[in-house]
Amino acid sequence: MTIQEQKENTEETGVSRRGFLGLMGAGVATTAVALVSVDSDANVGNHKSDKKLAFQQNEAQYQESLNNPPKIPNYDWNKHKWSYGVDVSRCIGCLRCMEACKAENSVQEDANHHRTWVERYVYLDGAEEAIVDSPADPKNIENVGSETHFRFDNRYKDEKVDKAFFVPKLCNQCEEPSCVQVCPTGATFKAPDGVVLIDTNYCFGCQYCIQACPYGVRSLNAQRGTAEKCNWCYHRITKGLNPACVEVCPTGSRVFGDLNDKNSPISLFIKNNQVTVLKSEMGNKPNLYYAGADKEVS
Amino acid sequence: MERVFDLVAPYAGYVYPNETEIPWTELIVIYPYITGLVAGAFVVSSLHHVFGIERFKSVSRFALLTALCFMFFAPMPLLFHLGQPTRAFEPLITPHWTSAMAAFGYVASFYVCLLLLEVWFAFREDIVHLSKTSKGIMKKVYRALTLGSDDVSPKSLELDHKIARILAMIGIPGACGLHGYVGFVFGSLKTREWWSSDLMPIIFLLSAVVSGVGLLVVLYVITSKYRKVTPDNEAMIGLKQVLWASLCIVLVIEALELLEIFYKGREGWAMVAELIKGPIWAGMSIQWGLSLFALTVLSTMMIKKPNGKQLVNWMFVCGLSLMVAVVAMRWNVVIGGQELSKTMKGLLTYYPSIWGRESLLTVLMLFSGPFITLYLATQFLPPWEDAKSHPHGKAAAH
Repeated sequence: MTIQEQKENTEETGVSRRGFLGLMGAGVATTAVALVSVDSDANVGNHKSDKKLAFQQNEAQYQESLNNPPKIPNYDWNKHKWSYGVDVSRCIGCLRCMEACKAENSVQEDANHHRTWVERYVYLDGAEEAIVDSPADPKNIENVGSETHFRFDNRYKDEKVDKAFFVPKLCNQCEEPSCVQVCPTGATFKAPDGVVLIDTNYCFGCQYCIQACPYGVRSLNAQRGTAEKCNWCYHRITKGLNPACVEVCPTGSRVFGDLNDKNSPISLFIKNNQVTVLKSEMGNKPNLYYAGADKEVS
Repeated sequence: MERVFDLVAPYAGYVYPNETEIPWTELIVIYPYITGLVAGAFVVSSLHHVFGIERFKSVSRFALLTALCFMFFAPMPLLFHLGQPTRAFEPLITPHWTSAMAAFGYVASFYVCLLLLEVWFAFREDIVHLSKTSKGIMKKVYRALTLGSDDVSPKSLELDHKIARILAMIGIPGACGLHGYVGFVFGSLKTREWWSSDLMPIIFLLSAVVSGVGLLVVLYVITSKYRKVTPDNEAMIGLKQVLWASLCIVLVIEALELLEIFYKGREGWAMVAELIKGPIWAGMSIQWGLSLFALTVLSTMMIKKPNGKQLVNWMFVCGLSLMVAVVAMRWNVVIGGQELSKTMKGLLTYYPSIWGRESLLTVLMLFSGPFITLYLATQFLPPWEDAKSHPHGKAAAH
């Protein structure tokens, strides 16, 4: 289905008739509808006998997506140069991004498989080093009582805190990706539009890429026996939509766009901020830019 | 809820959420271990074939069979580890050449072919004898194995020895390549402080020689006892010298590597110290304790030059100690490297599982494989050079 057909379909179904919303608007509406239905489905499917959440892709759906991938006729990956920015000072640690990612990409529903996560850095009074934790911390999981819903606990409520901030993490889609370098089958590769992708039909699950990634963003899907990681919601960005985490971020902490477009959010973000990348000493040349990242962030 | 605490490796400090599942487990511990045993055993046979050191004549062919039987099982732990084992041949068919791992299939296949050829040339005379003296189906099997060449004239045998020497000469850089390559798979990863070292291939290679010679000593002593013969004194002295020299070098290089980490004092060095004091403390104690014990015993034997039973017994103790020390070393490298978080702010602790595809049971099964194969191989092609194993009088003829 072309982007134009998609727009027409959306208009026909009456979800959004406002033409001026344009492509992005249609994207937002579709996502919103998807997320609403996800939420209600999740509630329905949350009873004890069926632990699997409703939005989790089942094996048949996964096979279908492999054998019959959606056609994107109007997308030319040579014409784009995707990039991603994180404004650390804006992140409030609400973790909607993590939940959106799990739902959108059908990421495994447990605490040790994440395509994106948010880290909490806390400098206690007089401390030289920050204490770091993430929603995968057992205390945070215990606090929420679930591995699929994320919230930071309030463990510092009785402490005097000097400084605290949240840092979203995801795949850096490096220019010189060490995961691609070490992949023995070539299943993982760098697309011309800047995204590092995995062909799960070729991956044989040796996990060398997981070892090689300096940022710890890769994990193994034990059911499928193949590696997984964030691909900036490739199925969405190739249709002109934002990645799910960017879409749901309420503060605009996550910025995404095309570097080929000088007026895209990411081009402006890089132009208007002093940005840095993580672990530059690794030589991976990350494509994920941080504004306002503290020295402790790595 | 309970899943978190079941699956996740417990950790202290901060680790990336995806790191709580350790990617490479005990199977990847025994993969370099088995490959190392191959390299070590091969070195001993080469010392006889290439350098003509007659001391090793009595164990040379046994060492060759040992190397072959262990090499058959070297890829097995990897196969059990793969998420999609049916795609195991993909790196061979469509290799991605920037990956160190892509070469494994080629390196391993080359080495298996080389060992098979070398075994054939080393045993050709025996095969011809056996094809004439055996009965029934075995006669046909041995005859097929002669590959139609039953010429055992001195001229022909001389040619055999020459070819075997050339193969062993190729095999020495081959063995160094095979095991140096395994070290490269770990050492070339810049992300893991504990692995990322230029010394890694050399450490892997030398510790391989130590463990391989240790294995040979242990097997030689056990088989001699089983066959009710006395182990060859000269061979034991030779093995003692090789073991002492390689152990000295590997210990110095390993110590240098540790010293470098702490002396450079790069970001996270304190966490490396915590790793040694914490999750791999037991492993480090076993590795260094047994290595230093063996070094002391071997050094004493180098000075006092014992012979006979005393030499055999102490060599057996040293061989076994070093085999265990090298397993501990592999564990410390492979598991230790992953227990040190990429954040350099946390440490994980890995607990192996007992049952399952990747478990201690699998390790036990895979590791018993080469021993069973070696037993069958020595029945099929007796490698012993003494009179007892040559009832057809071949040994007497020499």
